[in-house]
Amino acid sequence: MPAFAGTYQTQLLTYGLTLAIAALGFNLLLGYTGLLSFGHSAFLGTGAYAVALMMRYLGVSSLELFILGGVACSAALAALLGVVCVRHTRIFFAILTLALSQVLWTLAYKFFWITGGTDGLRVPFSKLTLLGGLVSFPGADAFPRFITSYYYYVLVLFCVCTALMWLIVHSPFGKTLQAIRDNETRARFLGVRIWRYRWLAFLVSGIFTGLAGILWVPLNGLVTPDVLYWPQSGKIVFFAVLGGFRNFTGPIVGAVIFNYLEVYAVAVTQYWQITLGVVLIALVTFLPAGIVGTAARLGAWLKRKRQASA
Amino acid sequence: MSLLRTEKLKKHFGETRAVDGVDFTVNESEFLSLVGTNGAGKTTLVNLISAFLLPDSGRIFIGERDITHASVDERIRAGIARSFQLVNLFDDLSVLDNVALAIFAREGKTKRIFALAERDAAVTREASDLLGEFGLGGKSEGRAGGLAQGERKLLDVAVAYALRPKLLFLDEPTSGVSTRDKAQIMDTVSAVVRGGRITAVVIEHDMDVVFKYSDRVVVMHEGRFLADGPPEEIRQNSDVAKYLLGTDV
Repeated sequence: MPAFAGTYQTQLLTYGLTLAIAALGFNLLLGYTGLLSFGHSAFLGTGAYAVALMMRYLGVSSLELFILGGVACSAALAALLGVVCVRHTRIFFAILTLALSQVLWTLAYKFFWITGGTDGLRVPFSKLTLLGGLVSFPGADAFPRFITSYYYYVLVLFCVCTALMWLIVHSPFGKTLQAIRDNETRARFLGVRIWRYRWLAFLVSGIFTGLAGILWVPLNGLVTPDVLYWPQSGKIVFFAVLGGFRNFTGPIVGAVIFNYLEVYAVAVTQYWQITLGVVLIALVTFLPAGIVGTAARLGAWLKRKRQASA
Repeated sequence: MSLLRTEKLKKHFGETRAVDGVDFTVNESEFLSLVGTNGAGKTTLVNLISAFLLPDSGRIFIGERDITHASVDERIRAGIARSFQLVNLFDDLSVLDNVALAIFAREGKTKRIFALAERDAAVTREASDLLGEFGLGGKSEGRAGGLAQGERKLLDVAVAYALRPKLLFLDEPTSGVSTRDKAQIMDTVSAVVRGGRITAVVIEHDMDVVFKYSDRVVVMHEGRFLADGPPEEIRQNSDVAKYLLGTDV
């Protein structure tokens, strides 16, 4: 990809891949457990702020250490919020996740002497090292090299995350989550402790989304409280709706396409939010199964038609 | 030998005495039918025993163990499983997965996160065999939501049966199906349950079904037991004829 697409397109795709990891995590809750979270910006922001704070206050530059620290913070947060949230479902769960994520946004906003407030914290790529310090990016002209290296780094992690999530949703644990989604009462009468499984799903989901935040921030170069604000959670929901949340690949496709959509909408018009709003309305009205879901239905319909005519 | 007993079990909903001080005993390996008019308290009694509802007072024992305050999963581990009056399945999962999930739950394997469910050959084989016993072998790959009503009823029972309980409660397993399907469902359920030496309590309205398949019949009326005995005795009971069948003996 970097060889023929150029630095800018590679950077865009890398953004898309990091968001796709967040979408994978989010969809474990929505698509497989039946819980709609409006607070996943909390995990994205926690991952991103963990990187910025480690760089600023601990002098860490290794991305592997950022991943360790950021994942630990996201996991701790998800474990804590999960205890409160998973006892509820439907609108109550959605509102709780939204409210708790906004508490974090307020903290990032108000504790400006630590977080930099609205100015945020810088995470310059030039201070970053990959693969335990083997790869670094000194010099003024290092940006294209950083983007190329970082693209491959994120691509590998994206593939690992996708494989891992695929394994999770096809495991007995994943099937149990789907059973809870379909029929909580029956799952309970098979001896499944519903809260425990929802909590575990929440934890895994938070870790994936936190990892996405960790990988996103060096690309962005800056973290501000905006990453914790509710529209960020809305974007993650958008990924799932755009691609289709009742299939595995839908949210991945949704995240990548959304990223391009947003970038080009911003470039074309100052009313880019309206453009995205129209797309969302059109999706919910005409393609409720999302892009991948609709494509799958269309494929199945064509197959049936071909079989009928054969 | 009694497998389950209740002592003065009571559940009132306001003025309605759904279960009113019931002493109920279920013996090992019997096929028991619980009958009564709508609102007699049959489903409430099963709901109390399975922990779907909590009793106002009274006690529940499985063997010698008091399970009155035990949770749902503790009762399942103690050997109680149930199906529901309205079919309760995992509609978006395959027929095989519905049964496999019950087996995973029974074996304590539902927490396995880094293993493919379908690669568990023992569970897949057992689920397939069980579906074969219930006459659903050819449907295992399809979605449970795509089954016909009679098949859904059978799968509902199969999921509960897959827990390998000591005591299986079946809440109206033949409701909402045709007469032909009714006989097929009861023949299958009866054969599997008796073959597995499992004690079954069936809530049923169709008295022809009750008299044909049961070892013992318990009749409920307004939250209390009206009669309890073998089918021939219940058939001759004048109170049962009056309250349940609306006829004289």
